[in-house]
Formats: sequence, structure tokens, C-alpha cells
Amino acid sequence: MTLFIEQCLNGLQFGLLLFLLAAGLTLVFGIMDLVNLAHGSLYMLGAYFAATFAAWTGSFVLGAILALGATLLVGMAVEVIAMRRLYGRDHLDHVLATFGLILFFDELVRLIWGAGGMSLPLPSWLNTSVRVLPGVDYSAYKLSIIVVSLAVAAFLYFLVMRTRLGMLIRAGASNREMVGALGVNIKLLFTLVFGLGAALAGLAGLMQAPILTVQIGMGENILILAFVITVIGGIGSIRGAFVAAILVGFIDTLGRAYFTDLLRLAFTKETAATAAPALSSMLIYLLMAIVLVIRPEGLFPASSK
Amino acid sequence: MIPTLNLRTVVGLLLLLALVLLPVYVELTGSRFLLTLFTRIVILALAAVSLNLILGYGGMMSFGHAAYLGIGGYAVGMLAFEGITTGFVQWPVALLVSAFFAFVIGALSLRTRGVYFIMITLAFAQMAYYIVAGLARYGGDDGLTIQKRSQFIAPINLSNKVQFYYICLVLLCAAIYLVWRIVNSRFGMAIQGARSNDTRMRAIGFPTYRYKLVCFVIAGTLCGLAGALLANHTDFVSPAMMYWTRSGDLIIMVVLGGMGSTFGPLFGAVALLVLEEVLSGITEYWQIILGPLLLLVVLFARGGIDGLLGKAPHG
Repeated sequence: MTLFIEQCLNGLQFGLLLFLLAAGLTLVFGIMDLVNLAHGSLYMLGAYFAATFAAWTGSFVLGAILALGATLLVGMAVEVIAMRRLYGRDHLDHVLATFGLILFFDELVRLIWGAGGMSLPLPSWLNTSVRVLPGVDYSAYKLSIIVVSLAVAAFLYFLVMRTRLGMLIRAGASNREMVGALGVNIKLLFTLVFGLGAALAGLAGLMQAPILTVQIGMGENILILAFVITVIGGIGSIRGAFVAAILVGFIDTLGRAYFTDLLRLAFTKETAATAAPALSSMLIYLLMAIVLVIRPEGLFPASSK
Repeated sequence: MIPTLNLRTVVGLLLLLALVLLPVYVELTGSRFLLTLFTRIVILALAAVSLNLILGYGGMMSFGHAAYLGIGGYAVGMLAFEGITTGFVQWPVALLVSAFFAFVIGALSLRTRGVYFIMITLAFAQMAYYIVAGLARYGGDDGLTIQKRSQFIAPINLSNKVQFYYICLVLLCAAIYLVWRIVNSRFGMAIQGARSNDTRMRAIGFPTYRYKLVCFVIAGTLCGLAGALLANHTDFVSPAMMYWTRSGDLIIMVVLGGMGSTFGPLFGAVALLVLEEVLSGITEYWQIILGPLLLLVVLFARGGIDGLLGKAPHG
């Protein structure tokens, strides 16, 4: 039972982390109609920046804040240099151009930081465990990821639904030309939204960094997951992304934890032990295929289109 | 149906001629490496030709085309592992299994469109990737070494590198011809019509879903053939054959060469793989050049290499 609660918390934590990535992706897609494969590269950059800045400043929090700012700037620069020219193009062009960006960023990271990974050590005050329920201890750091992600999700909700900027973002999502015609600086808005998405990806990357090693290509696997989430949730819908991210986080984590036992009921021990990891990574794609077959526009289709 | 003689056809045929003469050059200079490289190029060009059929002509943006490469390859690899080395069984099985998977994946994916289609094909390819990675009997993540290439009757010997190269080249030419015939048939016209305006095609009575599905299956089967060849070429199959970046590579080849053109995928495959070879010779960090180059092609050379050879004949 204790283990189960712990796994559920892990699922929640992973789901929220995925939400940070998927939110940026879905924002950029909903508003700029842009498929950005390079989103995973920004996640990777966030982790590398955090590891570097934390080593320089000697402080985890300071390093994280600097890394967040740096990814925001990189994101805005990428938008101004490359993405801006891709709006209104075919989705295939987006896929191709951002695929090129992935190659570029992966190699750039290899050039700057070398091919070996990095690690981001946790400060001692986070490297402990907290009693969340009577008899249940949980890693303080993972708990803080949950708290930070929930706070960011709440902030996003507030930003998009309650502020003037959010109003413009929503207006831009439903009709770009009209917003531009009403005198809103649409270029600046897009740059900001892309930067925001980049910062969210960077945040996810730097929070994940102490748990996994920081390495090249770390963004690519998780990017596919984030895409699956945006598609399940309905492209352009932040609410959909949130629900789908939690769902995927739980399915992935619990699948990894319990799928072996489930399979053992039907197959021999060896078959279960070898097939389970592969099959549990498949579950999410299966979920996506089912959702798309039943509801081709995702669970919460963005109302505008 | 008479092929018009224009610059792009001439360049395409010249490239084919160069490919035909390549083994002669290899004999003269003795650089075996070139032969290996170009066998690979020819095989991947075959895969790109099949992708071009659905991507270029059909407008179906499949981001999971490498799945069939892996499925065809694994059909050969698994049968060889189980002791069935005759190509007369291996190759038809590879084609049938690829066709079957293409049918299932296509039937489900074609219900969606746009980005959803890109993503669902990607998801299916990733599923195939994980299934194969979980097959412990066949090496799982590490892949499977093929001890013996596909066996055919007497004069055909795939272990002979020059002969194998020519077999691949003949199959590539056959595929280019096949796709050209398909595209210029009534069926192909309907497919291209559906790319331009699906609703209108349905309104005038074409069951576009079925047309597209058949097209998708043909492309998957052709790519399965490329997979069977690739398995024989490398004597090795691994899940990496169907990883999503490989699907990305295939899309790059098609777009770089020029979508919806007869020889485009061939141009693209040659250009991309030769470029990779040259750049990796210059610097270890060659992708740092390739990445922005791709971006530039997308931004400024929409028609790809084919587009540089003159105005497109249609659209």
C-alpha cells in the first residue's frame, strides 16, 4: 500500500512535469499553428543551463532561476531567427525545419558541454524525505516538483484566463489576422508566447535534471510523450493538455511498476519480465491510438477550429 | 503517358546511369567503401520513393514510415534466425507483413488528418519500435545479427557485393517506374485530387478513404521491401531501424529531393547521404551544419533539388 501511494505520487509528479512541456507545445500550436519538434531541445538546454549555472553560482535555486531566464532568451531568439518565417507554412515544413533545429542543438550541446552527460547535485535541504501521510515517506525534491508544477499550472491558468496578455493569447488563437488588424503587435505577442513555451520546457528540463542524468537526446524521448499528450488532450487546449498529462503520467508510471506482475498472471515469469518494459512503454501510444480513433480531434478539442 | 524529355528527366536518367556505372569505377579504383555507401543510398532511396508516393503525391504526412523498414527487415531477420534462409519465403513474407501492418495502421490513421495524422503515424511507429525492442528472443534492444543473407537459386548470390548492388538498383528503378505508372493512372489522379481537395473528390463520387488506404498499403509494402534489402545489406537488424529519427531522415530525403516528383526521392537520398558522408569527413560536429542547412532548404528552396531543375510540371 505504501508503495502504491508512492507510485501514485511518482505518476502525479511525472504527469505534472509532462504538462509543463505539453503546455508550451500546445500554446505554440494553438496560437501560431506551429509544430515545434525542437521543443525537446529547449528542455535539454534548460537542464544543461541549470547544471552549468548551479556549478558556477554554487546555489541550486540561483542556478535554476538563471537557467530559466537563459532558456527564455534562447527561445525568443529561435523564434525571431527561424520560427517567425515558418508561420502560415505547411505543417510538413515545420516538422522538417524543427527537425533540423534538433540536429543543430544536439550538436551544439556536444560542442559546448562534450558528449559525456552532466549531473546536477541536489542541495542537502531537498535531498531528504518528507512524511506525506502517516507511515508514508516521500522524496522532498519530488514533492517540491509537484508543488512548483501545480503553482505554474495555476499561474498559467491565471495568465491565460485572467490577464490582458492572456486575453490577447486567446484572441490570437481564435483569429490571428483579426487581432493583428485591431492594432495588437502580433509579432511581439508570438515572440513572447514562444519564449514562455521555451521557459516552461526549460523548467521541466531543469527540474528533471537532478533525477536523471543530463545528456544529449534527453529531450527527444520526452518530446514524443509531450506530443502524445497534446494530441490526446486536443491540440491547442491547455485544459486538455493538463488532463492528458496527468493521465499519461499515471499510466506510464503505474504501467512500469505493475505491468510485470499483471503479465505474470498470464505468462511465464521470464516472458513477463522481458516483455513488460517494452509493452508498458507501448501503453501510452496505444492510449493515443484509441483516443484518436474514437475522437479524432482529441479529448478536449480547442473550440476555435 | 509518354515521359516528357526535360531537364529533370535528363538529370534523373544521368544519375541512374552514374549509379549503373558505379561498380565499374569501384573496380578501377578499388574503393570498396563507395560500393557499400551507395548500396545503402540505393536502398534508402527505395524507401524514400515509397514515402514520396503517399507524402508527395497523396499529401499524407506519415511520420512513421521507418516502421515498415523495420518490419521488412525483421521479417527477414527473424526467419533467418529460425533457420529459414531461403529468400523465396523471406521476401514474400516481408512484403506481406509490411502490407498487413500498413493496412491496419493506415485504416486507423486515415480517419484523422493534419497534425493528428502526423502524430498517430508516429505513435504507431513508436509502438512497433517498442514491440521489437521487447522481443527478447530476437535480441531485444541490441538487435539481431543475420548469419546468412537470403538464399536464392544458383546465379543469384546476395553475398556478392556487386551483384547485390545491382539487385538493389534494379528494384529501385522498378519502384520508380511503378510509382510513375501509379501516379499517372486514373487511381493516381484520384489520389492527387484528394490531396488538393478531399471534400470535392468525395463530392464527385470518389471513395477517397479507400483510395488513400490502398495507396498507403502500396507505399508500406514497397518500404518493407527496402527493409528486407537493408537487413541483407547490414546483416543486422535492430529497433533503431524504425526509430522516429529514421522516419525523419526519410522525410528529409523526400523534401530535399522535391516532393511529388519522379526522381526527387533519388536526388534527395543521394544528396542527404553523400552530404552526411562529406560533412562528417570535414568535422566531427557535422550535424551542426546539416541542421541549419535543412532549415534553409525549407525556408528558401521549397521545391527541393527537383525544384531547382525548372518549374514543376503540375500544381
